[in-house]
Amino acid sequence: MNYYTWRKAKNYFFHSLLSISAVLVLIPLFLVVAYVVYKGISGLSLDFFFNTPKPVGEVGGGMVHAIMGTLYLVALGSLIAVPIGVVCGTFLSEFGDGKIAKSLRVAIDLLTGVPSIVIGIFAYILIVIPFKGFSALAGGIALSLIILPIVTRSTEEILKLVPQHIKEAGLALGLPRWKVTYFIVVKGNLKAILTGVILAISRAAGETAPLLFTAFGNRYVSTELLSPMASLPVQIYNYSISPFDDWQAQAWTGAFVLIFLILGINLTCRTFLNRKKILEKVTRQK
Amino acid sequence: MENVVNHSSNTKPTPSSSPSGGPKGGFFSLKNQDKLHLTAIKSLAVFVIGLLITLLILLLKQAWPAVTEFGVEFITSDWWNPVEDQFGGLSFIVGTVLTSIIAIIIAAPVSIGVALLMTEVLPERAGKTIGLFVEMIAAIPSIVFGLWGLFYLAPFVRETLTPIIKSTLGFIPFFNGPSFGIGVLTASLILAIMIIPTITSLCREVFRSVPTLQREAALGLGSTRWEMIRLAVIKPSFSGIMGGIVLGLGRALGETMAVAMVIGNQPEIPKSIFSSAATMASVIANEYAEADSDLHVSALCLVGILLFGVTLIANAIARLIVWNYNRKQQG
Repeated sequence: MNYYTWRKAKNYFFHSLLSISAVLVLIPLFLVVAYVVYKGISGLSLDFFFNTPKPVGEVGGGMVHAIMGTLYLVALGSLIAVPIGVVCGTFLSEFGDGKIAKSLRVAIDLLTGVPSIVIGIFAYILIVIPFKGFSALAGGIALSLIILPIVTRSTEEILKLVPQHIKEAGLALGLPRWKVTYFIVVKGNLKAILTGVILAISRAAGETAPLLFTAFGNRYVSTELLSPMASLPVQIYNYSISPFDDWQAQAWTGAFVLIFLILGINLTCRTFLNRKKILEKVTRQK
Repeated sequence: MENVVNHSSNTKPTPSSSPSGGPKGGFFSLKNQDKLHLTAIKSLAVFVIGLLITLLILLLKQAWPAVTEFGVEFITSDWWNPVEDQFGGLSFIVGTVLTSIIAIIIAAPVSIGVALLMTEVLPERAGKTIGLFVEMIAAIPSIVFGLWGLFYLAPFVRETLTPIIKSTLGFIPFFNGPSFGIGVLTASLILAIMIIPTITSLCREVFRSVPTLQREAALGLGSTRWEMIRLAVIKPSFSGIMGGIVLGLGRALGETMAVAMVIGNQPEIPKSIFSSAATMASVIANEYAEADSDLHVSALCLVGILLFGVTLIANAIARLIVWNYNRKQQG
């Protein structure tokens, strides 16, 4: 074999290695999704969506309390975090030179890197200890601590892309700067900011660790702010480590619903709001 | 931007010319509006910063009893016994670091390969499709990975993977021992899958920033495509790749649920790759809600601080590498 064919062979060899690596990445994804669909789809029923769990030993029942709980907690968390996050992101991109802005950036970076289980401890110390009990409020605060840095970062990245001349045009009309900031810069990019917000929310919806000892769990539909509340991920966790076959089957169905919800939100965001540059900026953080 | 801030002095002094503001000189005059807004927005920023500092101080305060009780012994002893109120966290530190490093060893080459395939080999459209799939992995919640790991991957490791590893590497004690499916190896595999998107997306950015001219130069000299990739793409972006790997490490260290479900939660230093262990995150997830004694809660908080510290260091190193790399690219 002469040198030329050796080089060509090496070229083919490494090309096939690259292709194999792609297959290695895609196999687990398909295995996970396929297995969840296969195991979970059989448990889908009206019962699952409209009933609370039956007592131990009785077959049937559903997860309506967990689904409602997840929606409640995520709504609570976004209600707290999204306005603060958008304003903080605007502040960082429009007024981002001062000392306060720099410290805020460090704080947000720090918060992004906090492991989700430690976020749970934060919410526990902040809410559960003073109120002396697990509560939906603590769970909502925990989720808001996850949403806040993501929304702030994506808003900042998006607003940085706004061309200077648009802001100057607004100022030239005699508008005060805050009006230019909110009614021109932010309003004009609302769609992109919303994409970042929805992606952040879809991440928070799948979080289990920060809810384990904040919102804890509950077996009934609850709307009380200061009592424990069930959530889909925690319910899946509790059922999956239980010894009952029926509960494990429900865990799979729960996982199916959760994955469907989150991947659905994600893909919708990516296809309907697909403006190339925005999406790259939004997804690039971290 | 700064040169146009003083716009309000250019408006006419009559109130009617300032449609949004009140009378000139009033509390809500055009000039004051901006000042008020800036004060409000700054106080919100200070509030967020203050909140984070408060949280860190409260966490430290919560963990303080464990610090005074055990001191340095907390990270040198592996004796964790909630019944006797004796806590040493070494086994969790070892568990966390071990699983994360094995995960990196598995995930890094695969991620780099995929990133290369997407940027260098495939046409743009196909590369984007694969990129979308990789990002979908990142969107799957960790509890779902945990569930899958517990019921699918663990049996697979026990029945298929363990005999293969034992027959090839079994002469090393670390690769030999009883296997129940759940343990270090399964946790590492799950972690590897979960951090692939992180490493891949950063590597992709890095490869994309390599100038096309460099590639054309390599091809123009008659190199094959692989030689071009090796010389013109991988070599100059080496430190960027390292940054991506360390960032993936940071994610692996903090991952909780998926690991907690498949590692077995045995507070012992693992003797082999198949044995059960526990990580810092998994022990908090398992014991925090049921911790009775104050010292137990305090010890778990201390584990949390250690975990936070470790991930912080990993993230800082990653950022430093990437920052250095970017500066070199521009300079």
